[in-house]
Amino acid sequence: MAFAVVVLGLWQTGTTIDATHKDGLFIDPFFYGRPSGIASQLWTWIQNGTAQGPLWLQVATTLEEAFLGFLIGVVLGVVFGVALGRVRLLSDVFAPYIKALNAMPRVVLGSIFIITIGYGIWSKVALAVVLVFFVVFFNAFQGVREVDRVLIANARILGASERQLSTHVILPSALSWILASLHTSFGFALVGAVVGEYLGAIHGIGLIIATAQATFNPNGVFAAMFILAVVALTAEVALTWLENRLIKWRPNTLEVPRI
Amino acid sequence: MAPAIELRHVTKRFLTPSGTAYTALRELDFAVQDGEFCAVVGPTGCGKSTTLALISGLEPPSEGDVLVGGAPVRSVNRDVGYVFQVDAVFPWKSVLDNVATGPRFRGIERRQAEDRARDWIKRVGLSGFERYYPHQLSGGMRKRAALAQTLINEPRILLMDEPFSALDVQTRTLMENELLQLWSATRASVVFVTHDLEEAIALADRVVVITAGPGTVKGVYRVDLPRPRNVAEIRFQPEFSRIYQEIWNDLRDEVLVSYERSKRSVS
Repeated sequence: MAFAVVVLGLWQTGTTIDATHKDGLFIDPFFYGRPSGIASQLWTWIQNGTAQGPLWLQVATTLEEAFLGFLIGVVLGVVFGVALGRVRLLSDVFAPYIKALNAMPRVVLGSIFIITIGYGIWSKVALAVVLVFFVVFFNAFQGVREVDRVLIANARILGASERQLSTHVILPSALSWILASLHTSFGFALVGAVVGEYLGAIHGIGLIIATAQATFNPNGVFAAMFILAVVALTAEVALTWLENRLIKWRPNTLEVPRI
Repeated sequence: MAPAIELRHVTKRFLTPSGTAYTALRELDFAVQDGEFCAVVGPTGCGKSTTLALISGLEPPSEGDVLVGGAPVRSVNRDVGYVFQVDAVFPWKSVLDNVATGPRFRGIERRQAEDRARDWIKRVGLSGFERYYPHQLSGGMRKRAALAQTLINEPRILLMDEPFSALDVQTRTLMENELLQLWSATRASVVFVTHDLEEAIALADRVVVITAGPGTVKGVYRVDLPRPRNVAEIRFQPEFSRIYQEIWNDLRDEVLVSYERSKRSVS
């Protein structure tokens, strides 16, 4: 907290020191904005709405895109990851394709999605899905591969069918890997939504940033970033809560600082 | 009547990561009678665990036949229970869920499975810990849970792979006594793998000595000590030391072979 106050204070004073003063350290507010400007920009948006309409609509649009993309991406990633991790034949057939797709900078797909799906939310959802899918997929795949052989042997002896093996042993075991990937992948979902809006949209925080950039309004860019940060942090808290709920069986020795 | 378990000229080879074949067992022959407690001893790496994997149906033999109840083993057998050397209880299930796993897998309805699980938890002395997760239990308690998890399926064949080797000596003796008690109620046929000759004699009706790898039977010894036994005290009987000496003469050479090999592979 104190750290934030110091940084913001330096930033604010840096921008208020006279720019023509030769010795003083200064930050040009034309390029870098200033905290008070960002705050008033936020206030303006909240009171009068943005150029694209009311602020809540922009936030809601981006959130909707990110959440849909996140959900679909996670489900697809888990399903494919578990399937390919379990069935040797599938992984032999599809692994090269998935690796090739993963090596490509997937953000360029955004342009394709805008062309084929249009300016609505679904092109952004598609981009978010693509970004989220690979993160979750690789974690789920690895998680399935890392399942303790003895636990599998034990389950077989106890009478597990292939399906029971998946639900009682493999999924719970892979769950810690999958949940760990959710923290990263929600970030990716936001990236997908915002970049998609950047490329072309009717509403959304990405569009606000693009507009602010086009009008040389750094305060607008920072204000939008601030909103994104709040959204991301809220999601992070929710995910950590979910994680603790789902794997309460895990010993609490992993009390390490997490980012 | 056919023996409960029979291995006929069983050979098992594994492919090593470098691509060569490694022979774990060679021409292994032995049988376990119905209701018999049979201990298998041998030096490290002589294929004792492999033997259990073959009987359970987790691994197929490369050559020879493995028969359980007179029929060749083709897949995992429902009548087999297996207690592993390392912790094999599911860390994401509570003790109750862990013990109820077997009946649930076998299609028994949840409530009934849990009732049976509670009963077994009581029998292994874990009452009050039903809701605990494995990481909250001590090593000995986890072994009890594993034992209940296996025995609840009422296996006719009980395979145990050095189940108590990770426990401290006191806990171990306690568990051995409890195992004998539980076993006397079920009268399953047991194959108990261990590298500890004292444990083998204290528990078993018969001790099979396996040679240093590739494993094959070196000798079979009958243990005519009366039952019920108290594992902590049976060691002081003169008959116990006589059997111990007899078997140890056989086992010593194999242990030395295995030791020399491990020294060579290290240097």
